[in-house]
Amino acid sequence: MQPGAAVMDILIIGLLLGGTYALMAMGLQLQYGVARIMNLANGEILVAAAFGTFWFFTATKVSPFVSLIGIVPLAFALNWAVYRVLILPLVRRAKNQGQLDVDSILATFGISFIFIGILLHVFGGDYLSYSYLARPYVIFGENYGLNRIAAFLGSAAICIGLYVWLHRTRAGLTLRAVAVNPSAAGLVSIDVERVSALAFALGGAVTAAGGTLLSMFLTFDASLGVLFTLKALVIVIMGGVSEIRGAIIASFILGLAETAVAILVDPGLTLAAAYVLFLAILLLRPEGLFGRRV
Amino acid sequence: MDRRTFVKGTAVIAGVSSLPRVSFGQAAPAKIGVVGPKTGPLAGGAAVTHFPNFKLWAKEINDRGGLKLKGGQRKIELIEYDDRTQPGECIKAVERLATVDKADFIMAPYATGFNLAAAPIFDKYKYPQVAQAAVTDKMDELTKKYSGLFFVQGSTSAYATTAINVLKKLKDEGKIGNKVAVVNVADTFGIELANAGRPLFKTAGFDIVYDTSYPLGTQDLAPVIKAAKAANPDAFVAWSYPPDTFGLAEQAKIEGLNVKAYYSAVATAFPAFKAKFGAAAENVLGAGGVKDTPELRKFYKDLKDATNVDGDYWGNPVYYSMLQMIEQAIVDVGSFDLPAITKQLKAKTYKTLIGDMDVRTQKLTWLWTVGQWQGDLFHGVAGVGVSGAKPVQLKTGWA
Repeated sequence: MQPGAAVMDILIIGLLLGGTYALMAMGLQLQYGVARIMNLANGEILVAAAFGTFWFFTATKVSPFVSLIGIVPLAFALNWAVYRVLILPLVRRAKNQGQLDVDSILATFGISFIFIGILLHVFGGDYLSYSYLARPYVIFGENYGLNRIAAFLGSAAICIGLYVWLHRTRAGLTLRAVAVNPSAAGLVSIDVERVSALAFALGGAVTAAGGTLLSMFLTFDASLGVLFTLKALVIVIMGGVSEIRGAIIASFILGLAETAVAILVDPGLTLAAAYVLFLAILLLRPEGLFGRRV
Repeated sequence: MDRRTFVKGTAVIAGVSSLPRVSFGQAAPAKIGVVGPKTGPLAGGAAVTHFPNFKLWAKEINDRGGLKLKGGQRKIELIEYDDRTQPGECIKAVERLATVDKADFIMAPYATGFNLAAAPIFDKYKYPQVAQAAVTDKMDELTKKYSGLFFVQGSTSAYATTAINVLKKLKDEGKIGNKVAVVNVADTFGIELANAGRPLFKTAGFDIVYDTSYPLGTQDLAPVIKAAKAANPDAFVAWSYPPDTFGLAEQAKIEGLNVKAYYSAVATAFPAFKAKFGAAAENVLGAGGVKDTPELRKFYKDLKDATNVDGDYWGNPVYYSMLQMIEQAIVDVGSFDLPAITKQLKAKTYKTLIGDMDVRTQKLTWLWTVGQWQGDLFHGVAGVGVSGAKPVQLKTGWA
């Protein structure tokens, strides 16, 4: 392969993969960064949305993008309810963040099993996959999957939308305030419980949107959620917990690094490369790329 | 964390035994233990290939009034446990079935490693273990060690050898060139197949122009397919698992990897593969394959009606035939005398859905190992000791 072509391939495939990772990680970032809930059931929401999209697409043959209209509000409502009913009692009784972390990890781990059970019951345990936009799109003479490009554009839209909303609106400002310091945010008359519920629900909605977009080219089964949760966890911690920017940039770094290793070295080493990168960042900047030192 | 187990008695039994008038000679239902992954990485495969067969088999026996045994007819009650794709859980579940549930018979677990892990437990409690979803080259060694262990799904090298022979034949007939790109998933089965395959490709006169592995669960296979295509191969072989089997084919289609022979191992035989790729799946080669008969078509329909699962074209019919064989052996013995059933399994040839099954040597003597999508069916095109193979077709793009 020409060196120039290899660089182009790494850039484009890496960016597409980075977009994929951003879809997996942004929701968890909101849930952990703002609502301070390490939600281990996040991946199941992603899988549920992918299954919902599969069902919608095979039944109607209408574009998966249309299914977002139903899936996103539904995921928002579901995650809101999960937060209000199951998580809030834990938040109220927790004496400190450490205790809340332990409680919420245990609780959401349990919730993830409930979700898997429901998914198995509703959709069965089979692999679900459909074909949509599985056509080549030519960039500089090389073929790339149109469905991946569509998902990347969706991912970029969500990234930019979230970033602008967080940084340019008053509601976004309250979210950032809670992310920085929940008790101080409470002192300036921000309803921390409400904002946390909003962030948790929004995180769930973003994750579900990710599931819908990813279902265009990934194959899912009911047990796959934990893989997405793990990937998201690595990215969120790499990026620094308190900043959405960190998760987004970490996604792209990971996507580019994995692709570079796959193309230049060996596809068998992508996973190893990802974890070496993760370790390196943890060693050099334990608070993550954009985290604040405390 | 608490142990999570799924225990499901069949509803039929509950209905029958709660009736006040139990007909004379109707003994208590026989308890049949079923262990497999309902959750975890292998759950997707087991949901198609493992669990539904038992359900259909039990339903059919119960609809007939039960197994005809010495003490009268006995219906069947399935006791299912989820091993969560963890060998430790699998062993515990088998142990529990043997000691707590006192199951009359226990079905072999799902997947090679799990069968090997559970073999000592089956042996300890004298249950015959007819391992269906288990493919290993250690069959001889293991069957020597465990007299109640049977294999009906062949050896790793049988799959590698027959797949490579299919390509060799095409090459010798001048239909394809000698350049082959080989990729494998970095997991037991994929690594075993790749290792078995490398020398076989060489002896068959193939030039391996690309050879790589990728981690289990990888679905972003653009770099793999791009590099394979750049090597300009005549044939592409992937010793793959789901979900990467799906990911590779999609990327091959996008990338325009227009080889004349395209092979991917596990899950190519799944109806989900055909459903996803439609016409593009035509002439894709893979592990498994079936011989088209009216009985076989009826089996898939019955399976769908009873379980709402579309069976695969590799394991499901073999599984069902294995159950037919076990059923006949139990009826021949007339009771759940476990050592006698083991002995009976080795005593004769059994008539089943897929043909005559002979496990006198604790190994099925024949099986389909290479299939190809031709129309709506994944036809067997090669195997060990099979007859009636369909001719292999060349792949003409991914239209």
